[in-house]
Amino acid sequence: MDPVIILQAGVASGTVLLFATIGELFAERSGVLNLGVEGMMLIGAMSAFSVAVATGNPWLGVLVAMLAAGLISQIHAFIVITLQGDQVVSGLSLTFLAAGISVVLGEGLSKAGTVSLIPTFTIPILSQIPIIGPIFFQSHSVMVYVGYLLIPLSWYYLNMTRPGMHLKAVGEHPAAADTLGINVYRMRYFYVFVGGLLAGLAGATISLAISPGWFSELTTAGQGWIAVGLVIFAQWDPLRAAVGAYAFGALRRLILDIQGPNILLGLANPFFYNPYLGFFLQMLPYAFTIIVLVLGSREAMRKRLGAPAALGLPYIRGERGL
Amino acid sequence: MTELASAPPAGKRRLPYKVMIEPRLKEPPRWYPPLVSFGAILVALILGGVVISLAGGDPIRSYLHIARASFGNSGVISDTLVKATPLILVGLACAVAFRMRLWNIGAEGQFFMGALGASTVVLVPLLPAEASPWLFIPTMMAAGMLFGAFWGFIPGFLKARFNVNEIITTLMLNYIAVAFVNFFIFAVWSEGGFQMSPMFPRTAWLPRLTDYARQVPFFGGLTTHLGMLLGLIAAVVVWFILYRSRWGYEIRLIGDNPKAARYAGLNISRNIVLVMMFSGALAGLAGMSEITGVVHRLQGAISPGYGFTGIIIAWLAKLNPFAVVLVSVLFGALILAGREIQPSGVPKMIQGIILVCLIASDFFLRYQVRLVRQGVEV
Repeated sequence: MDPVIILQAGVASGTVLLFATIGELFAERSGVLNLGVEGMMLIGAMSAFSVAVATGNPWLGVLVAMLAAGLISQIHAFIVITLQGDQVVSGLSLTFLAAGISVVLGEGLSKAGTVSLIPTFTIPILSQIPIIGPIFFQSHSVMVYVGYLLIPLSWYYLNMTRPGMHLKAVGEHPAAADTLGINVYRMRYFYVFVGGLLAGLAGATISLAISPGWFSELTTAGQGWIAVGLVIFAQWDPLRAAVGAYAFGALRRLILDIQGPNILLGLANPFFYNPYLGFFLQMLPYAFTIIVLVLGSREAMRKRLGAPAALGLPYIRGERGL
Repeated sequence: MTELASAPPAGKRRLPYKVMIEPRLKEPPRWYPPLVSFGAILVALILGGVVISLAGGDPIRSYLHIARASFGNSGVISDTLVKATPLILVGLACAVAFRMRLWNIGAEGQFFMGALGASTVVLVPLLPAEASPWLFIPTMMAAGMLFGAFWGFIPGFLKARFNVNEIITTLMLNYIAVAFVNFFIFAVWSEGGFQMSPMFPRTAWLPRLTDYARQVPFFGGLTTHLGMLLGLIAAVVVWFILYRSRWGYEIRLIGDNPKAARYAGLNISRNIVLVMMFSGALAGLAGMSEITGVVHRLQGAISPGYGFTGIIIAWLAKLNPFAVVLVSVLFGALILAGREIQPSGVPKMIQGIILVCLIASDFFLRYQVRLVRQGVEV
């Protein structure tokens, strides 16, 4: 129950949510809601582990995972952008499809034994800082540090660069963006692909770094859905997404650790003496997602913030839109 | 452009035909949407076969096995109907909510809560074991529907009051419901340390066809239970509500055009809560029917993802209550036969492929695709 250890592990497992959330954030900023995150993460986790088992090279696994998830995201892109299908149903069907495919192709992988994982390292000087050092810079997987880089980069890209402005324009007012010569369809395909890449990276981070192995659908255990919820909480801002992701990571770790000691805050620990209460602890991440959504929605109502205006709507050139 | 049959000029090769895609201006004929859905399923089965053979299986043998193991004789047809029963109810639950464009993805959780609600009648117990089935069955139905409706009320209320996205909340409530039910079967009602409750008394079982084998010998061994009848009645009720009642008219109006509905003075918030509760009650009834008709005790593995299959069924049935019944029987067959197919993810994957093809095929309802003979530019 050492808070530093809980936060350190929280940062590690929050990295999974971070990748998935930022990926979904990019797709939604372009106006495409992709509910297939859970499925794409499963594809990523399965193919990363599978390739790492077959070749012994985890980096190759990460690469294949990202490409596989990116490719399968294009099914959704094709249906909702070109065929103008319903984004909710298409995203759900992508999750069913991808989960099914990864269970079929991952058959037997759970007994595959050990693989070489993504290495961990400690950053020399920064790790000496009291409290912050051990939490953020000590014996973390490379993926965690990649996450640190992704946060400012995606924020900068979204708010400070020309392509980032184009991305926002496509999500807010595609017809206006089109008149400026931005190819709305191509942009949307591209950012759905980016979402797929990052969801695949999130999956690979689970199966090759944070909780290694392939446990069929239990590998992700709903984290893809939590990521979709976090995007709303984050109000489509990468910095808020990072805070949410790490907080949820810490919560997951706290739930595991709280059942350990027999004394908690000077009192007998009910979770130690009655392990069945653990089922209520298991509910916490999901319950917190709902609470966080309520808070986020209330704030959005108060500040009159909201989703990208064109989120969920197909763009049909020449038709009167919003 | 003129219609000339002469060959295209040399050097500028063109195909003799080109594909034209135009928005449909009028409704397609009645036979057309089912045909498109049928074509989508056919394409899905072919694609599924490709993946099965990639994974090292034999697709034709898998499909033949599914057909034989689900419609081969009266016994397995009855088993198929048993699997179809919860699917009809969750399919209807999804169809009602989707008709108002409320994305209730939480039928799975509402199913589990319905099972829990029905179990409380026996296990708390609310009724003594020797009570008459005439008392037991309605009480358990009411309890199951009440628990399911409560589980639908939460996301409905949050959406109506705080505009919280119901897709995420209903999904999260699925995980919470499963953990909640697990708490009861592990800790409260565990029988001898096993992860299941004690068996329900016979008076709390839904009657099955085989129970009447003495009167009608043909029924011997057939496990189809009263839940099937409940499903059929529910389909009629849902159809009546949606297409013949004022409330159904409001639901359809809000679904088709929420702005017009608001200008017409309809109370959208109230309808959101009511429809989510109605949807949850139907899914809860499915959970009640499954444990009182098939499992006869509360345990963990009571659903191979019925709640999620219900989403596909509702969409495949184009939200039509009677089509839900038909499609549920087909999916019941897939789930029944799919249990023995290796690798184990195949039924789920085929469901996913069917839904993907189906949603893609909607394109052909909104656009017409024509082959046009290419003329030669003069």
